[in-house]
Amino acid sequence: MSGESKPGWKALPIGAVPYKFSTEYKTGDWRSFKPILDNNKCVKCMLCVLFCPDMAIHVKWEEGGPRPMPKELWIDYNYCKGCGICANVCPVKAITMEPEG
Amino acid sequence: MAKVLEKAEQVEMLLNGDEAVAWAIYHVEPDVVAAYPITPQTIIVERFSEFVADGLVRTEFISVESEHSALSAVVGAAAAGGRAFTATASQGLALMNEILHIAAALRLPIVMAIATRALSAPINIHPDHGDVMNSREAGWIIMFAENAQEVYDNVIQAFKIAEDHRVLLPVMVAFDGFVISHTAEKVYVFKDVNVVREKFLGGPRKVPKIKLMGKEVELALRPLSHTPVPLTIGPLDLTDFYFEHKLQHMDALYRAPQVIKEVNEEYAKLTGRKYGNGLVEKYKLDDAEIALVAMGATVGTLRYVVDVMRDEGYKVGLLKIRTYRPFPTEDVIEALKDKKVVGVFDRAAPNGAVGAPLFLDIRSALYDLEKRPIVVDYVYGLGGRDAPPELLEDAVEELYRIMKGEIKPFRFKYLGVRE
Repeated sequence: MSGESKPGWKALPIGAVPYKFSTEYKTGDWRSFKPILDNNKCVKCMLCVLFCPDMAIHVKWEEGGPRPMPKELWIDYNYCKGCGICANVCPVKAITMEPEG
Repeated sequence: MAKVLEKAEQVEMLLNGDEAVAWAIYHVEPDVVAAYPITPQTIIVERFSEFVADGLVRTEFISVESEHSALSAVVGAAAAGGRAFTATASQGLALMNEILHIAAALRLPIVMAIATRALSAPINIHPDHGDVMNSREAGWIIMFAENAQEVYDNVIQAFKIAEDHRVLLPVMVAFDGFVISHTAEKVYVFKDVNVVREKFLGGPRKVPKIKLMGKEVELALRPLSHTPVPLTIGPLDLTDFYFEHKLQHMDALYRAPQVIKEVNEEYAKLTGRKYGNGLVEKYKLDDAEIALVAMGATVGTLRYVVDVMRDEGYKVGLLKIRTYRPFPTEDVIEALKDKKVVGVFDRAAPNGAVGAPLFLDIRSALYDLEKRPIVVDYVYGLGGRDAPPELLEDAVEELYRIMKGEIKPFRFKYLGVRE
């Protein structure tokens, strides 16, 4: 964010609305621990998807089946803040938290 | 400016100030009213809840568990694009304090009636402007009414002022508890209940549009199914944007006087009633040597005092402050610049300042003048202590002696207190 030019008060939207969509704020750089997801251990129960407070865990869907089935999960590190809730709720320990380099 | 309105038919009613608010709200018919009872405001919501129960309005009426919740509910309603109202006094207003600042900074056009009442301790339910003065730094527009008629008129005008896209700020309509809130007076109200909502306010609230990353978006929180761009309002702003957002808020506040003046004129065409220029009102002031300045119910008493003292040969006049925030600095300078002595009447304690709140504004507004009038402050009527004409006449007598140089000017003194 640093270095970019920021709008003055006349150009900003009124009503205490941020001038960018929230998707533009990459909050992933707050992270000190990184969740690593092992899709081989993962049973696709989707608990982590539901519990993630930043909606940072996404699903890749199986194609061509009679109904959509999850193929694998992936973590969007642009938004994952590394809170560790996913690792905590995972029933098969498919997510491990590793310190950021 | 909107089209010129024709005068609407009105009927006389016997209403106290609180009932006048309830009738104004009946005619405005907001989308949401949320309130918590507190004396001397209770009658407002009591009467209005009857209108709701009788099916006369379609308003969503929310009973809440505290004033903090009342204002929070109304903030939510206004943030969703609705027209919203609440009312309170004293401790209730103090409890709302946190949300007061949020409502204003989010630029939500909420209207709130305040039947002013002394703050505890000790507990006192009677009129005192201390509660409003405690909230005067919240960035709201604050208007003071002199009688029940003006209360009715100010509430209706407040919606139009608040919702104007040049303003978009909440408005407090203050009036002295009991002296106005519980005293029955003749009040003219619109005969046709639709005049206010449909003609004067032009139907439901119009939500402004903002530009966000090249897209035009309504400044209102909508469900995802109803908007292509969901909004976040009031999130973390920190050092890089808070100042800019505050400046927008201040800019709107300092631009509001123009809108208040226009709304005052427009309303006059509709009703025949006009309150000075909307910001201040002069009474026998032009040729006066001594000026009295006050807000709220005591303005009525001071009109009588001016008449009596004029009959006795005193060249005294009155300046009523109708809009207290934003403070009408230029109008005050213009009205008081050639006066010899100005006596400010404050129904609030000075609390360790140079003087009481209204005095601070008046005196500092006049500081820019090369030749300044002497400005002194009378702190009167705290906790509802009566301020009868004789007491105020004594003050005018004293101002006259200050002008003659017989008494040394002072900053402030207390009027009507036992030694």
